[in-house]
Amino acid sequence: MKIARLFVANRGEIALRILRCAQQLGIETVLGASDADLDSVPARVADHCVRIGAGPAARSYLNLDAVVAAARSVHADALHPGYGFLSENAALARACDAAGIVFVGPAAATLEAVGDKLAAREHAAASAVPVVPGAAVHSLAECEALIATLGYPVLIKAVGGGGGRGLRRVEAAAQLAAQLELATAEAQAAFGDGRVYVERFVTAGRHIEVQLLGDGRDVVQLGTRDCSVQRRYQKLIEEAPAPALSAALSERITGAALALGRALHYRGAGTVEFLLDAARGEFYFLEVNARIQVEHPVTEMITGVDLIAEQLAIAAGVPLRVRQEQITSCGHALECRVNAEDVEHDMRPSPGRVTRAVFPAGAGVRVDTHIEIGSAVPPFYDSLLAKIIVHAADRGTALERMAESLAACQLAGVAVNVPLHRRILADAEFRRGAVDTGYLTRLRAAA
Amino acid sequence: MLTHEDIEEILRLLDATPVDELELETEHFKLILRRSASERGGWTQEHETRGEPRVLAAAAEASSAQSAPAPSAPAVAGALEVRAPLLGTFYRSPKPGVAPFVAVGTRVGTNTVVAIIETMKLMNSVYAGVDGQVIEICVADGTAVERDQVLMRLAPPKS
Repeated sequence: MKIARLFVANRGEIALRILRCAQQLGIETVLGASDADLDSVPARVADHCVRIGAGPAARSYLNLDAVVAAARSVHADALHPGYGFLSENAALARACDAAGIVFVGPAAATLEAVGDKLAAREHAAASAVPVVPGAAVHSLAECEALIATLGYPVLIKAVGGGGGRGLRRVEAAAQLAAQLELATAEAQAAFGDGRVYVERFVTAGRHIEVQLLGDGRDVVQLGTRDCSVQRRYQKLIEEAPAPALSAALSERITGAALALGRALHYRGAGTVEFLLDAARGEFYFLEVNARIQVEHPVTEMITGVDLIAEQLAIAAGVPLRVRQEQITSCGHALECRVNAEDVEHDMRPSPGRVTRAVFPAGAGVRVDTHIEIGSAVPPFYDSLLAKIIVHAADRGTALERMAESLAACQLAGVAVNVPLHRRILADAEFRRGAVDTGYLTRLRAAA
Repeated sequence: MLTHEDIEEILRLLDATPVDELELETEHFKLILRRSASERGGWTQEHETRGEPRVLAAAAEASSAQSAPAPSAPAVAGALEVRAPLLGTFYRSPKPGVAPFVAVGTRVGTNTVVAIIETMKLMNSVYAGVDGQVIEICVADGTAVERDQVLMRLAPPKS
């Protein structure tokens, strides 16, 4: 089939990215926007806009009935869910199927298989991919019993989640009850599903992930990304390919991702995340993100593949347009996430209105953002304002280009985390590459 | 709308000229490209999207009246105040359906969590900040609060 009218069920930079991609492909676009986003840049760029509810996400972007009703009301023939919100919600995929709307994403059954973190672990184990020890917990008592076998520290994770929300690290028994409650509340608020599970925390691991594209028959991998620079399990800087990774290890990791993707008969864009114990050369399956990811541009920069365009083609029933042997990797790409967070006040979120928005430009520089002068930064959503992406022939040049790009970046009206990015880019340990997920905490503690 | 490749192409051409600034304006957008002041060269971009959103009649739920943030309750002589550390949604309980952190009459210490404020999907604990006993909760559960808005009043401990 041909997609003639696409409904975009998201907001912010990813909504704008999808709208522009669709428009370039000659697809008419409709954006579902909350009251807080009716005057946003995506709302002005979309061919049409439909209001889906009030500002709080639970009443708009997470309101499945309102989203589907809006898509139906405009006779959309496809719906792109972006990332976060309802993007990995099998009920949305099923509701789209029932309404005769193509869901731009994996089959509902795949979303169920991998969206439930526990089911995903079982699929990984069945594909001979190693997993971190852990299990689901339904009460504090059950949690305590499990931790007795795992030992501290542990991670509490949202069964329905991703993106670091509903995720808490617990160092000792005294913090357990409070952290369990906060993780459950955060999981409920972010995903509408308060279930959590607990796993052993691997203290010095790198976060390595593999980009997949599948059409339900064949699956290809587009190489590795390293997303180890994280704060509170939110990725801050991503790069592709993962630096300081031997060809042999890289091949094992991409091979494991492919095996899992093939076992799932994966359709659409997806990512398999791994925790790499670099010292031992061992890696563990973390989760499958059955959607486009925030950091997808770094892979696009080195492979030249437009992942959103491929998502739309796959959704339209076109067989994979890229064969494994045609996928090549050129140079090195980095992405810095510019968030509305106050570096001076322990990275406190900083909603408000942007009064100045100057971004870098030039050779090898790409900025994905929905922010311009006058843009509102509502308190209801996550704090991502812009992604600064650079591409160069090698990592060293990419680091220089990113440092220059950060220097050129000027935002006012809301506090942003650019000073933290500048500091990381100047840090010798980061510049050497291969930092672990504890790196940023150590760097900030050393201030 | 220009892609980042389009902008790179324009800048490749501009780099060979003495031009320091280019302003491009169409009915859809305005783009300003400026040569950056740093000696390393490079450019900056400023973008403005033109035009109004074309909002179709919505089939969605009726617009619910946005509750305006409540004006701060009048001060009570001698009472201590707990204020919102940041803008967001005020919640009295850790999750729906469970007991609130505190109620009128609860004795609290500096590090007692008395509420949470959800901002940008993060749950931020609100600490009492002082010792005392809750005498008034000024904001209803689930409402939007401004930064520094008074959330609760406490009676100072009797010495």
